[in-house]
Amino acid sequence: MTAPGPVIDDEEGGASRAAGGLPAWLPKVVLPLVLLVVLIGSWEAYVRLNAVPGYLLPSPITVYLATFRDIPSLLPALQTTLTITGVALLIAMVSGVALAIVVVQFRWLDYALAPYMVILQVTPIIAIAPILLIFFETTTTLYSCALLVTFFPILANTTQGLKSVDHNLLDLFKLYRASPGQTLWLLKLPSSLPYLLTGLRIAGGLALIASVVAEFAAGAAGAKGGLAFRILEAQYRMLVPRMFVALLLLALTGVAIYGLTSLITHLALRRWHESAIRRES
Amino acid sequence: MTDSRKPIVSLKAISKTFSNGTVALSDMALDIRQGEFISLLGPSGCGKSTALRIIAGLATASTGTVDWPSATYDPDGRPDREIGFVFQEPTLMPWATVFGNVWLPLRLKGISKAAARADIMHALELVGLAKFAESYPRELSGGMKMRVSIARALVTQPKILLMDEPFAALDEITRFKLNNDILRLREQLGWTVVFVTHSVFESVYLSSRIVVMAARPGRVVAEIDIDVPGPRGEDFRTSEVYAQYCRKASDALHAAMGANDHL
Ligand SMILES: Nc1ncnc2c1ncn2[C@@H]1O[C@H](COP(=O)(O)OP(=O)(O)OP(=O)(O)O)[C@@H](O)[C@H]1O
Ligand SMILES: [Mg+2]
Repeated sequence: MTAPGPVIDDEEGGASRAAGGLPAWLPKVVLPLVLLVVLIGSWEAYVRLNAVPGYLLPSPITVYLATFRDIPSLLPALQTTLTITGVALLIAMVSGVALAIVVVQFRWLDYALAPYMVILQVTPIIAIAPILLIFFETTTTLYSCALLVTFFPILANTTQGLKSVDHNLLDLFKLYRASPGQTLWLLKLPSSLPYLLTGLRIAGGLALIASVVAEFAAGAAGAKGGLAFRILEAQYRMLVPRMFVALLLLALTGVAIYGLTSLITHLALRRWHESAIRRES
Repeated sequence: MTDSRKPIVSLKAISKTFSNGTVALSDMALDIRQGEFISLLGPSGCGKSTALRIIAGLATASTGTVDWPSATYDPDGRPDREIGFVFQEPTLMPWATVFGNVWLPLRLKGISKAAARADIMHALELVGLAKFAESYPRELSGGMKMRVSIARALVTQPKILLMDEPFAALDEITRFKLNNDILRLREQLGWTVVFVTHSVFESVYLSSRIVVMAARPGRVVAEIDIDVPGPRGEDFRTSEVYAQYCRKASDALHAAMGANDHL
């Protein structure tokens, strides 16, 4: 039966096309770009019209030019920041998962540690930096701060995951007399992988924040210093454009870490976990 | 029922009281012999799952003994029960393929993928899923997942297969089909099965013996032998004998439920 009048066809391509017949992703890409152009345009216009001095607010074009001049000198600093972030994340990953396994195995350890975990997690770790500085040299302090901040999301999430294993599957492993090692390796770890990766994504963002803020608090890491130190240094020397360039580098680093951890999550879970599977209607 | 064959497993005076005081089973006795298909039929909460878990060694009885007269014992004194267990839910590992899931029981025994391949593919062929070996559980329908679960249970060629309402969540058509699959596999492989169900029709269709249970406390109230020789099929489902047995089992079940006003 075909009714007369307009035929509304929302079946074909309905999901991927917006009202005007444009692909659905187009506005998601175009609109942010439009906004970017508008913002940078008004910034440039504001600086020019009011003749704002460059040491107060550099124009976007000044920053753009500073990028080429400053990036070579900022790259070693970027490398320092990246090393602290990456190494802390790696150590946190290994030790967090290891401790989670032990904690889940021994209930009493869980009870003993639980309150201190919460305390360490809710305390702004950065406040520890000056204290740590008394005992350690700067570099060690920076690593410790980044590690302390990244460790707990990974530990907490992995512990949660290890405790959330399907009871029937545990029974199945028991039925076939799996050894504790087999149960851990073939059941508990894969089953807690989504939790662990959530912890990693949270920790990835925090690690960068921690290594920057700790450097603000503790001073330059090693001889070279990280990006945070270079921002402070540029501030003293009134090199405002350089501050913007360093900020830009930090933002890009954050995006890269986010992208990388999301990619790892996607690759690890895409075949089986609900969170990574595109629903087909 | 008197039977001279030695039972595979024999429950004697089994009781189970949970720590909260619930008496899940009281004085249950059951002999399971080679080739039998026993259904545990009873209302919700009468201890069917508990009985099955005790047989499997997943739970321990408060009193009474579970004997495995012909089993070998490992150095720790645990019987090598050679059990296959099919849970109410498919209970598959979502991160592993169908092949990986069926490999699991063999893998846990230290058998490599290559060495297990033939057995795994054979088990998958028996349940008609050989083509789906490389699929992930989420890509399968409910009935197919259940068949993977059955393939996993039979890949070790167990002496006895325990099934806890395996088809409860499935639609009737799928359920009938899987019932026929079970009967066919039993014919081919000479299985001994303990099958938990709520359904009178399913229990009569499948079983050689129905054990009717009542709740509070969980106990056995009747045993019905289904004496129908030969292979069963769809014509059995519509036969007069089938209807008579169903009525008999249904009456026993109602008596069991009426006994403690359970509905
Ligand atoms: N872990 C437990 N702790 C306390 N009580 C339990 C536990 N497991 C089961 N029970 C109780 O034991 C009784 C029998 O439970 P069981 O699961 O064996 O019943 P069932 O016959 O399998 O029921 P259903 O058909 O609904 O699955 C119930 O009353 C239940 O509440
Ligand atoms: Mg049950």
